[in-house]
Amino acid sequence: MGQEVDFMIHGYLKLNFFGSDVYITTTHVCLCIICLTLIALGLVVSQKMKHAKAVPDGIQNVAEFYVEMLDGMVKGSMFRHWGKYANYILTIFMFILFSNISGIFGLRPPTADYCVTLTLALITFAVIQFNAFRTNGAFGYLKSLTQPIPLLFPINVIGEIATPVSLSLRLFGNIMGGTVMLALYYGLLPKLATLGIPVFLHVYLDIFSGAIQTYVFCMLSMVFINDKLPE
Amino acid sequence: MDGITGKALILACSAIGAGLAMIAGIGPGVGQGIAAGHGASAVGRNPGAKGDITSTMLLGQAVAETTGLYGLVIALILLFANPLIGKL
Repeated sequence: MGQEVDFMIHGYLKLNFFGSDVYITTTHVCLCIICLTLIALGLVVSQKMKHAKAVPDGIQNVAEFYVEMLDGMVKGSMFRHWGKYANYILTIFMFILFSNISGIFGLRPPTADYCVTLTLALITFAVIQFNAFRTNGAFGYLKSLTQPIPLLFPINVIGEIATPVSLSLRLFGNIMGGTVMLALYYGLLPKLATLGIPVFLHVYLDIFSGAIQTYVFCMLSMVFINDKLPE
Repeated sequence: MDGITGKALILACSAIGAGLAMIAGIGPGVGQGIAAGHGASAVGRNPGAKGDITSTMLLGQAVAETTGLYGLVIALILLFANPLIGKL
């Protein structure tokens, strides 16, 4: 048998805020590392883009490819409203992508903590409801909940609340499943089996599954937001 | 039944329940397979629309996967954050 199976969130530092205990956990540490990486990347790219060349190379090439690809994705599903939401989608795409693939660098992915995914989904939920209010007005918003017949009002309210729950649980379940499987593989098999073979597991569970779930989260966010926008 | 504490019984039954909850994985498996098969035949008929077909297929598969993930979340809760033990 190998070492212990360990994929839970650990509290490293206990703080006391107004009488309640707050822990600095694995998630906070990993989130800080990812945010610092993203900030450093942003600074490097913005420095590079000040002296942008006509023929891009290196990191400028990657940045232009990323922005063009994501802009195309947002344009494809939000049509004429894409300009207002491209920044939001590009930001959460980058953040979730880095969070999901951080598993290959030995971090515990922050998206395997339900708090993080619920927060991301609640931001999207706020954007959706704000747009629904602005498009229909307060009365029209209430009226849209009683379609097609007023009897279905509770079902429509549950349907609205189910959006962030399903968005967050989808991301959380996938990444948590991958984390559990890797922890079981590393923890339960003999040391010899953890040489070389986990590469394939990492490629599938961290990179492939993480990238797909990032894409799906952003795509569904765009579809839900676009539903509430005016035609 | 001597020597079995209430906690041990709850843990054992939770493990069985977690296993049963993962039966939910059947449905998404079948659904994703159907979606992928139809996506493949659509690409075969119209190779030019490969990008659109792939993104639509992935979106549909992700939505189909949700029910399976609810089962997974329930299994994880039963195994690692069991709410029933607190009720003893």
